[in-house]
Amino acid sequence: MLTIAEKELKILFCSPLAWVILALAQVVLAWVFLAYLDTFLQIQPQLVKIANPPGVTETIVAPLFLVAAIVLLTATPLLSARLIAEERRNQTLTFLISAPISITDIVLGKFWGLVIFFCAIIVQVVALSVSLLLGGPLDFGLLLSNIAGLCLIAASFAALGLYISCLSAQPAAAGAGALGILLSLWAMDSVTAESTGGIVRHLSLLAHYANFNRGVIDSFDLAYFAIFIVTFLLLSIRRLDRERLHG
Amino acid sequence: MTAFTKTKPAILARGLCRHFGRRVAVRDIDLELGYGEILGFLGPNGAGKSTVMRMLTGNLAPSAGSIEIGGIDLVDRPEEAKKHFGYLPEMAPLYRELTVTEYLRFAARLHRVNTSRIPFALNRVMKGCGLGDSGNRLIGLLSKGYQQRVGIAQAIIHDPEVIILDEPTGGLDPNQIREIRALIRELGDNRSVIISTHIMAEVESLCDRVQIVNDGRTVFAGRIAMLKQQGISVEEVFVRSTMNSESQA
Repeated sequence: MLTIAEKELKILFCSPLAWVILALAQVVLAWVFLAYLDTFLQIQPQLVKIANPPGVTETIVAPLFLVAAIVLLTATPLLSARLIAEERRNQTLTFLISAPISITDIVLGKFWGLVIFFCAIIVQVVALSVSLLLGGPLDFGLLLSNIAGLCLIAASFAALGLYISCLSAQPAAAGAGALGILLSLWAMDSVTAESTGGIVRHLSLLAHYANFNRGVIDSFDLAYFAIFIVTFLLLSIRRLDRERLHG
Repeated sequence: MTAFTKTKPAILARGLCRHFGRRVAVRDIDLELGYGEILGFLGPNGAGKSTVMRMLTGNLAPSAGSIEIGGIDLVDRPEEAKKHFGYLPEMAPLYRELTVTEYLRFAARLHRVNTSRIPFALNRVMKGCGLGDSGNRLIGLLSKGYQQRVGIAQAIIHDPEVIILDEPTGGLDPNQIREIRALIRELGDNRSVIISTHIMAEVESLCDRVQIVNDGRTVFAGRIAMLKQQGISVEEVFVRSTMNSESQA
């Protein structure tokens, strides 16, 4: 499993794709970060007058993490598409299946490879947030809750993208599929944002992430992410196994 | 729990069947491979050769029948059985982005080669496959012949008892074919090998035994030495046995 994750990362960092994504993510995040910082500095004089003013963590870090989730959402299809589809196209899937490892190992190895890469983007976000310590204290509880949420949503994106990649032999088709589904999960959130509650909103990934974003770690949200990830990993394993059984 | 044992055949497949939906690709094929034996596995295109190869390597589950690798059941204990063979599919499974050494190290780790023995194994296969000085080259930039050598190298990196090669000399020039054949002959000295090929001369020069399939069935199985004694060429047998069943069908 670790062997496969390591190979995934090695191939990823051999290609310019990984570096382009990391660089662009950094540009977007830094830009948004500076914009929020600017706004905060402008409204700070008024904030001081309020009895219990929101701190930097709430006004800068939390919105930044929301944007980071969107950055991860758009990066996912680009990275997840090739996971299985490309192996299938290059006939290397045969190589993995003929090796003395189980299909579960292959799927989990691929999954961890992508999650570890996402962690690199998450580290960028955290580094930006922590840089605020130069100017004053941070609410570390809220920061940690945001980090946990971002890791979970990144893992969910990875699991979904991996499954879509299992369905196809063409990386481009897998990418388009993953993008479509992720965007509709996002749309579900904003469409139903006004009419709170309702089943549709419960299905949206970003709605569950919003609680982490506010610093609320709810066991319901944790369960949702866990079920989401496990479901798509199991579906991926089943899908690859089915291919062996039914050709 | 039985371990890999040399008292049983290296590969023993009984009554293999495989259908895809309604189409029957393989019906009732038996296959046996002894130790130190090279078996030529022949058949016209679409005869079910590749399907059998894929079943023997665990890429496809048989609809019926059993496969044992050195006495270990491939269906019951796939991970245990898969340790004992190396497989080169028709299209060498290579990662073009990796260098030869990186790729072979990955192959070695996938096949559970002990970490401390990996440098030794790398050295052995790179020398054996004539890859001595191309370790740091990217696989995508190698010529077809070298890529094929890397493909064979990954199949023998874990020093398996059984080697399964699907058209190992396809697309190579005559010199490369000679080199690869010499390599296979060397491998066959102390291991069991199955080769599928369309080149009859290859079978005659390399193999101890030949098995011909057509339309999903075994239509001929025999020793090369016996054929030579009777003065019949493999090509004659091939044409006769595969033409017959076509006229029957």
